[in-house]
Amino acid sequence: MSEQEKNYLTADYRLRSWFFTTDHKRVAILYFAGITLFFFVGGAAATLIRLELATPQGDLVTSDVYNRLFTMHGIVMVWFFLIPSIPTTLGNFLVPLMIGARDLAFPRLNLTSWYLFMGGGALTLYAIFAGGVDTGWTFYTPFSTFYSNGHVVLAATGVFVAGFGSILTGLNFIVTIHRLRAPGLTWYRLPIFLWSLYATSVILVLATPVLAMTLLLIALERIFGVGVFDPRLGGDPLLFQHLFWFYSHPAVYIMILPGMGVVSELVTCFSRKALFGYKFVAWCSIAIAAIGFLVWGHHMFVSGQSAFSALVFSFMSFVVAVPSAIKVFNWTATLHKGWIRFDAPMLYALAFIGLFTIGGLTGLFLACLAYDVYVTDTYFVVAHFHYIMVGGMVTAYFGGLHFWWPKITGRLYPEYWARAAAILIFFGFNMTFFPQFMLGVLGMPRRYHTYWPELQVWNVLSSAGASILALAYALPLFYLGWSLFWGRRAGPNPWNATGLEWQTPSPPPKHNFKTTPVVTRPPYCYTPEAQPQNA
Amino acid sequence: MPDAQPAFQFADLRQQHEVAQLGMWTFLATEVLFFGGLILAYAVYRFGYPADFAAAARHTNITIGTANTAILLTSSFLVAWAVAAARLGAARAAAILLSFAALAGLIFLVLKGFEYREEYREHLIPAVNFSFPAEHAKGAELFFLFYFTATSLHGLHVLIGIVVLAAIARAASRRAYSARYHAPITVAGLYWHFVALIYLPGRSES
Repeated sequence: MSEQEKNYLTADYRLRSWFFTTDHKRVAILYFAGITLFFFVGGAAATLIRLELATPQGDLVTSDVYNRLFTMHGIVMVWFFLIPSIPTTLGNFLVPLMIGARDLAFPRLNLTSWYLFMGGGALTLYAIFAGGVDTGWTFYTPFSTFYSNGHVVLAATGVFVAGFGSILTGLNFIVTIHRLRAPGLTWYRLPIFLWSLYATSVILVLATPVLAMTLLLIALERIFGVGVFDPRLGGDPLLFQHLFWFYSHPAVYIMILPGMGVVSELVTCFSRKALFGYKFVAWCSIAIAAIGFLVWGHHMFVSGQSAFSALVFSFMSFVVAVPSAIKVFNWTATLHKGWIRFDAPMLYALAFIGLFTIGGLTGLFLACLAYDVYVTDTYFVVAHFHYIMVGGMVTAYFGGLHFWWPKITGRLYPEYWARAAAILIFFGFNMTFFPQFMLGVLGMPRRYHTYWPELQVWNVLSSAGASILALAYALPLFYLGWSLFWGRRAGPNPWNATGLEWQTPSPPPKHNFKTTPVVTRPPYCYTPEAQPQNA
Repeated sequence: MPDAQPAFQFADLRQQHEVAQLGMWTFLATEVLFFGGLILAYAVYRFGYPADFAAAARHTNITIGTANTAILLTSSFLVAWAVAAARLGAARAAAILLSFAALAGLIFLVLKGFEYREEYREHLIPAVNFSFPAEHAKGAELFFLFYFTATSLHGLHVLIGIVVLAAIARAASRRAYSARYHAPITVAGLYWHFVALIYLPGRSES
């Protein structure tokens, strides 16, 4: 009997059962540990940046150190937190559970991905602590290949290695979603979370290798002094920007699509309604992934590309906003006449919708050729992408983490603290980043550690907000940690949610399901009468 | 010999086979984009320095290049033949064909080594000993930079392929595969065809 009650956490306690595990749920936990570490490393850099910017003079760090701080913040947050965040943790944990499979298609490859991720992370951390990199996260040439005196090759190698981890995760998800679905689970019965992860995986598989090649060329140029991108040796520095953004713009959608997936799960569960326009939301994920490959030139409006290219890229950037807008409207329509409950995950989901909308709409400002020239490289851009990546993705990540926490750990988190943290994050976030829109319009350039004294009031507001945000992001570490030991036991389905992952015990047994489930209904068959058990 | 059992995450061998194939196709999509980035950069500079690139290309060895193309295509054919044999349950024939394919890969690498040696003697290796008539030097150095980057990355793929083919040939000779289950042969074959195919555009360029 006790043998049957064992779950994936209690199946084996030895250390090697963790570090050599092929269980997708344990790999997800390993990723949780990894990205949490990197989140606080990147956060520490952000804290120093905001402290420095509290005054107009450069009085905390030198400009050289400041360059290294924002580079470290960018590299760590983009490649070691945001890109792996939802896919490798919640995705790893939930993809097999949501499709009724016993594991991912390639369990050993999944563990390999984690080692590549951590290996790349270790290289990058070493580069940071051995003296840092001063190129910005974009590694622009010829600065990165010729002038920079930082550890460019080391950091780029770290990103290169971690990139293969991402590719293999994407490959695993694509194959799993195609081939391992439970009987009866057709594509249109998949939860939207899986549609978004599928779209994300396509980007991971098709865009990341281009970044890998680009970083390889940079390393060659820097090590051997040959001129791939160096104009003095016949190379073309603009080619680097094209190659880099061919990856990095789709990567922006890696950093938002999974969040959209999570929010689709949360909004339906906490308004007790089926998703409005399911097929539109599903196909919009694919549309965003596809169109996202054709907009990279909007990062280069002032870099010297032809006016005709700029026009096309501007137009495509407007087009890619359409599927995003469709999603926002459909979430809103789902709320309409719903049976809405404001549990912590729902607070995060609603925050996501608001913040993502602001981030998306300011993205349209930046897609306009004339306005973009005005605010290029200002805090307007910084504020815009933080609204998407932090206000959107990080908020969705926290929402998903709270929603599936009972499934992952078998414990309920303290609702009061969770709501407090969600509200603090929302206010801290807006206070940090809304002033940065103002700073951008007033002309404050990004990546400088000194500024005109008349801009101090906005900067102080932003730094004050950042301190609230830092506190709010640290809170879950404590109350979620507390709940691991003293939280109330969660039943298999504390939210009374649909979805196959809720039909197995919490935490799930090692191979997820005792018998392979058979699916007979579309997703989100919610009824207004059903009340969550822990109301 | 007991019949092959599917791994725990699969319902049956058929599903396992499908998964392996789709996995390899997805991996090859990644590979196409990986080499695609390099080929794009090459194309940009070929467009920028057409005369230099033409002058540089004349310094590559057309005999070895042609022989190597033939060798890779032949070994690709041998692998296709091995897959057909495996499907019929002729494990021993498959093992022999795969061994010859791996051997062909090895010959390819040896010939490539000779080609590199010749280019080293002609001072064509950027950052090591590059010297070229001044009028075409700039573009020619770029050409050889891409030439060596592309061919060494390709060589690495060939090397991996040889190891994989040899390992599968060994497994096949030990009757690890049957007419019902031979996914590793199919999948390694897909990879090997890609390695042969990606060599073609490079060869036709130089």
